[in-house]
Amino acid sequence: MSGELVMLLKILVSAAFVDNIILARYIGLCPYIGMSSNVANSVGMGMAVAFVMVLASCVTWALWNFVFLPLHLEYLRIMVFILVIAVLVQLVEILLKKNVPNLYRAMGIYLPLITTNCAILAVTFFGVDYGYSLLQVVVYSISVALGFTVALVLLAGIRERLRFSRVPSFYQGYPIVFIATALLAIAFLGFKGLVK
Amino acid sequence: MREFWFYLKNGIIGENPILRLMIGLCSVLAVSVRVDNCLAMGAGVLFVLTCSSLVISLLRNFVPREVRIPIFIVVISTFTTIVDLVMQAYLPSLSRAMGVFIPLIVVNCIIMGRAEAFASRKPPLFALADALGMGIGYTLVITAIGVVREIFGYGELLSVRFLPASFQGMMFMILPPGAFFLIGIYIALLNRFVGRVKQ
Repeated sequence: MSGELVMLLKILVSAAFVDNIILARYIGLCPYIGMSSNVANSVGMGMAVAFVMVLASCVTWALWNFVFLPLHLEYLRIMVFILVIAVLVQLVEILLKKNVPNLYRAMGIYLPLITTNCAILAVTFFGVDYGYSLLQVVVYSISVALGFTVALVLLAGIRERLRFSRVPSFYQGYPIVFIATALLAIAFLGFKGLVK
Repeated sequence: MREFWFYLKNGIIGENPILRLMIGLCSVLAVSVRVDNCLAMGAGVLFVLTCSSLVISLLRNFVPREVRIPIFIVVISTFTTIVDLVMQAYLPSLSRAMGVFIPLIVVNCIIMGRAEAFASRKPPLFALADALGMGIGYTLVITAIGVVREIFGYGELLSVRFLPASFQGMMFMILPPGAFFLIGIYIALLNRFVGRVKQ
């Protein structure tokens, strides 16, 4: 039992910090650049991503292990996984709108953006590629979403401060955001070697 | 025909997807460690983008607006699967080097974005021009980043020794920070010498 717990802890630390999905693996950059202009928005986006990511990786994990592998349909993976994500996002949107309007107001506007968020699709691929069990997949996708949110909120904080600093004219806007991201990525390199 | 060339040029310079529209960044930063990866990735994106734009443009009068997104996804993922399987079969080492980023072409915002904003509204010839322009613009930028990263990161170009053997590779260029840094500098240079992005 404790061995399993240690494994889960390892997955958590390595997915959230060591192999941070944005700063170490370059996945999910579009929402990262697009949604990081203020802290409140970035928290909302992070929540929405976490929600869909966990759901999507559970569903695709089940499909992969109980349908695809037994029937040898591995070559359909790309198409089916992306469709599953698109359908899930639509479903979540409709359900939230009807049943939990408060939550819908908080993260509704981010949901359509999530369909083409490569982080979600990548996590579903990694979840089956690494041969995780269902529990491990859940922990893995939560930790990836945590890492995503941490990176997003950190950058949003930096961008809020950047608005008051003097940046060379042709570095204003996106270029300085990328430079800030580079410095963040250097900071995250400090986690390398934390998990063996 | 004038319009064809206009849309072609628009993708390469006017609205370059990476440096101007800021879409499709993930694969650019991830695979640009070596130039041969960049060229293969560029070819993959160019193929998927051209084929799916053409098909979506041909289908544009038959697709109901409400279900257009799932239909685009099916078209795009078909061509992505083709690229993925062909690369696994004929270029296994490149396929391994790029890993998950080949399947991720399917969620590359460039392709979905152009399908939605352009191909689903314009006749096939213009959709083809736009797709070719965007694809070439993408390939040029990713290769430009790859050249700098490979020369300074490994001291090689296309896996051939380029700098003297005494040159020690800059780890910075191979690691993620180097990629972020470089693309920041590229956009700044473009702002400086070509003109600002209209926001």
